[in-house]
Amino acid sequence: MSTVIEVRNVSKSYGGVIANKDVSMDVHSGGITGLIGPNGSGKTTLFNSIVGYHPIDSGSIKFENREISKLNVPEIARLGLLRTFQQTRIYGEMNGVENMLISLPHRKMKLMESFGNNSAEDYERADHLLEFVGLYEKRFLRSGSLSFGQQKLLEFAMALMNEPTCLLLDEPTAGINPTLINGLIDRLKRANSEFGITLFIIEHNMRVIMNMADHIYCLAHGELLAEGAPDQIQNDQRVIDAYLGAH
Amino acid sequence: MTALKVILYIVLLAFTVAAPFLFPDFRTQLATLWLMIVVSLTWDMTGGQMGYNSLGNIFFYGTGMYVAAVISIGLVYDVAEYTSAAGGGMNDFTPVQYFTGVGLGMLGAGIFCALCALILGYILFGLRGPYFAIGTLGVAIAAGELVSNWEWVGGGQGITLPVYPADLDEGKLFFYFLFAGTGVILFIFLRWLYGTRFGAAINAIRDDEEKAEAMGIHTMRYKLVTWSMAGFFVGIVGAISAFQLISFEPLESAYQTINLGIFMVVCVLLGGKGTLWGPVIGAIVFHVFKEVTWNYLLGWQWVALGALIVVTVVYFQDGIMGWLAHRKPEWFGVRVEKNDATEGADR
Ligand SMILES: Nc1ncnc2c1ncn2[C@@H]1O[C@H](COP(=O)(O)OP(=O)(O)OP(=O)(O)O)[C@@H](O)[C@H]1O
Ligand SMILES: [Mg+2]
Repeated sequence: MSTVIEVRNVSKSYGGVIANKDVSMDVHSGGITGLIGPNGSGKTTLFNSIVGYHPIDSGSIKFENREISKLNVPEIARLGLLRTFQQTRIYGEMNGVENMLISLPHRKMKLMESFGNNSAEDYERADHLLEFVGLYEKRFLRSGSLSFGQQKLLEFAMALMNEPTCLLLDEPTAGINPTLINGLIDRLKRANSEFGITLFIIEHNMRVIMNMADHIYCLAHGELLAEGAPDQIQNDQRVIDAYLGAH
Repeated sequence: MTALKVILYIVLLAFTVAAPFLFPDFRTQLATLWLMIVVSLTWDMTGGQMGYNSLGNIFFYGTGMYVAAVISIGLVYDVAEYTSAAGGGMNDFTPVQYFTGVGLGMLGAGIFCALCALILGYILFGLRGPYFAIGTLGVAIAAGELVSNWEWVGGGQGITLPVYPADLDEGKLFFYFLFAGTGVILFIFLRWLYGTRFGAAINAIRDDEEKAEAMGIHTMRYKLVTWSMAGFFVGIVGAISAFQLISFEPLESAYQTINLGIFMVVCVLLGGKGTLWGPVIGAIVFHVFKEVTWNYLLGWQWVALGALIVVTVVYFQDGIMGWLAHRKPEWFGVRVEKNDATEGADR
């Protein structure tokens, strides 16, 4: 399996707070990689570093063998490396369909093409993906009026609309009704298997991540604590201690 | 577009053409009304549609005036000699020279201001919110000061251009149609632009720029192009104003930050930000209000204007269009219930 994202010795601190210290990890192409760790262990910080949201203090980050640690956010997104936000972000004033259409990949879009209109296929894809996440009925509502969970689903659909190679999801199940979580797990897996999108997922819900990921990294206090297959991680004493110690 | 809308647009266009003949005494006021409509529509391109409130769009107006003046003079005379003579004796332009100057001046002003927007935008679009507003205002104020110390373009005295080379009443008609023509073209252009992917992208920047970046939208490119289009049209109406006013100076008429520079923002807020018709309606209401108070409330006109601004900002933030959209959402294509219509939203 080839590596899509290669993180090497990345450190990042905010003033005095060391959020990531000498972190290295690989995300394999076509797989689902998990990232866990107690609150404040530096998971979101690592995602932000990968997508170019802030400069890193040291280390290297490669996407498809290309150094990306000096690129800015839209440049990295256009390479096909996308993220969703822990605090869900959608365009609240627009309805579901408009949110989807504006998420079309701008990777290849030339300025002149932006003066065109969306094609019938674009509308069809938007409807199809909204159906996929179960928001078809609500697609003409102002998306700011959707519930938090529905907004998360919309954000996920928008990410799929963008046709990324690799998608970084920051706690996709947080705030989702427990009875709907299984449906979401199923959709995430299908995005991976049917659309061929490599997933890298931050998740607090152990049941969810153990069920989905094929490889898991665990951060604690900004440092890599453990890595391995789900059952290895589940039984790792250091991981258990970190989680118990944190609460 | 429904048949009703087509008829409405035809009636409006016919009225636009007929207005200066129906109200011949108000030709200059009507021309100014179209100037207000153009600057309001262009202000809303960044302020309403893209979420970048500029207080410095007047920079393009003033710069457009000067560029047009320099071009039209430079075609015939040496600019430095002309301005130092301050019109004395060197004011002979044949009609052909005059109209060539007007045409090339408008075009040159538009292009020059579009380029200025690209360069200034590259520096200023790193700023967000109030910092962008103040940064743009700073540019306009600084430009006024610089120009008023630049003797080549007449310094603080400004420039006196040749008068319209025929009957002055005909001249008023000429300027009316230049302003109105620019306004109509701009309106049609924006009506189209806001329906394209480009329009959606600038709305995305307004709603959540960080999200737009994270989705790979070329945010800087869209911001620069939008402001540059706005600068183009403001530059053109600046040029027309220069020929209409004949004589203008840098601080009070060209870079008039506290008059037109603020009025355009008030018009948009009054009419409704981020809508196509809001700036037009706002400009009309504002202009009528201003003309009435200037004529009947002399001495109190600024107080009345200030009161209008305060009332708008405090009680009427969404403007006339926002208020209507709230009352009559169905007019604005907002679909509340389930519905499987496939047409795109037509706003
Ligand atoms: N913008 C910031 N400025 C200063 N400190 C920050 C900033 N963002 C994060 N931190 C600090 O960095 C550390 C790691 O935060 P981070 O958000 O990466 O944790 P996390 O693992 O995502 O936590 P959670 O599970 O709660 O989302 C924390 O101590 C946090 O306080
Ligand atoms: Mg986090």
